[in-house]
Amino acid sequence: MYPFNYHKPETVADAVALFNDADDAMYLSGGMTLIPTMKQRLAAPTDLIDLSGIAEMTGIDVAADKVTVGAFTRHNDVATSGAIGETLPVLAQLAGLIGDNQVRNRGTIGGSLANSDPAADYPAAVIGLGATVHTQERAIAGDEFFQDLFETALQPGEIVTRIEFPVPTRAAYRKFPNPASRYAVVGVLIADFNGAIRVGVTGAGPCAFRASGLEEVLNQNLDPEALEGVEVPDAGFNSDLHASAEYRAHLVKVMARRALNDLLS
Amino acid sequence: MKITLQVNGEPREVDVAENTLLVDVLRVNLGLTGTHVGCDTSQCGACTVHLDGRAVKACTVLAPQADGANVLTIEGIGTPDELHPMQAAFRECHALQCGFCTPGMIMQAIDLVENGDQLDNAAIREGLEGNLCRCTGYHNIVRAIQSVADAG
Repeated sequence: MYPFNYHKPETVADAVALFNDADDAMYLSGGMTLIPTMKQRLAAPTDLIDLSGIAEMTGIDVAADKVTVGAFTRHNDVATSGAIGETLPVLAQLAGLIGDNQVRNRGTIGGSLANSDPAADYPAAVIGLGATVHTQERAIAGDEFFQDLFETALQPGEIVTRIEFPVPTRAAYRKFPNPASRYAVVGVLIADFNGAIRVGVTGAGPCAFRASGLEEVLNQNLDPEALEGVEVPDAGFNSDLHASAEYRAHLVKVMARRALNDLLS
Repeated sequence: MKITLQVNGEPREVDVAENTLLVDVLRVNLGLTGTHVGCDTSQCGACTVHLDGRAVKACTVLAPQADGANVLTIEGIGTPDELHPMQAAFRECHALQCGFCTPGMIMQAIDLVENGDQLDNAAIREGLEGNLCRCTGYHNIVRAIQSVADAG
């Protein structure tokens, strides 16, 4: 790992000021991706700005129609939150499927979203539930947030501060985990908002996206059988040693069917 | 930079570069070599310690992130005369072969028993997702953890 200057600000404003003053700064959240990347010398920031001391970025607030999660909230805090488990159980369940226990004890929701790993779980929730991603400057619609492989709508220096999830009538998430890393080869979250269906897909493409073809069919007929005839085009899908694009397209349908079965049961 | 932390109940201060890993602080600066470095890529879990009461992989925590924290390592849970119940169960069930993964397994197992409810076989295996045993000796490891969980 290359040397860097370490900072631990206590407010978002101080973090942004430090970022702007540095040559080539990066924000450090849970560090579950950034630290391994720095160890491999694939990232070499001059300054590392640790967000763990910023109280305004922590905390979980659960209302009847909305769950707000501070960006620094660790995965296990979401997975084991009784309030989230009661109001938005799909989010707690999804958080409990990320990586392994030690990773869930460190990794944060804001870090995961800002990184936009194509195989991360949380993006499926942001897309599938139509969440809003808040930064110190603005509110970004979930549908606009993920732009490409490891690329988001965030501008340099912009920090994800909290995420607001609307509470659906019901929802379910299923993923096909990579057997070694537990990253999602494909993950599908289906949410029913009073009959309006949203489908968020992660793992299949360069970044998470809405499966509009599946939504169209399910809005007509909320039945696993209805998925049988749907074509999931694999154009632009990821193809690597874990799975071909064609196989990922197949998995989208399989995971959608399983999620739908969960949602209807 | 100077970092102060509680390690196994003792206040310690070390002077390390910002890019030092917590596992190296423990092993190199403090001589606590019970915490192992296996893969050094946050996959194998041999470096698992408790940071403020939670199991973490010490190869993926920067020393400055642990400033002011409470760290518990394998050296801090028991003594040769008075083993921690999890250590005793690992001995009883022969839950180790080469022993390299054992410190990490035990630290994760303690987290699992302290924080998990209804620990059945499947939940224990799921809970060991982040710990690899290259001897593939999982069966007795699961049995040892089950015996501690059952003893309550």
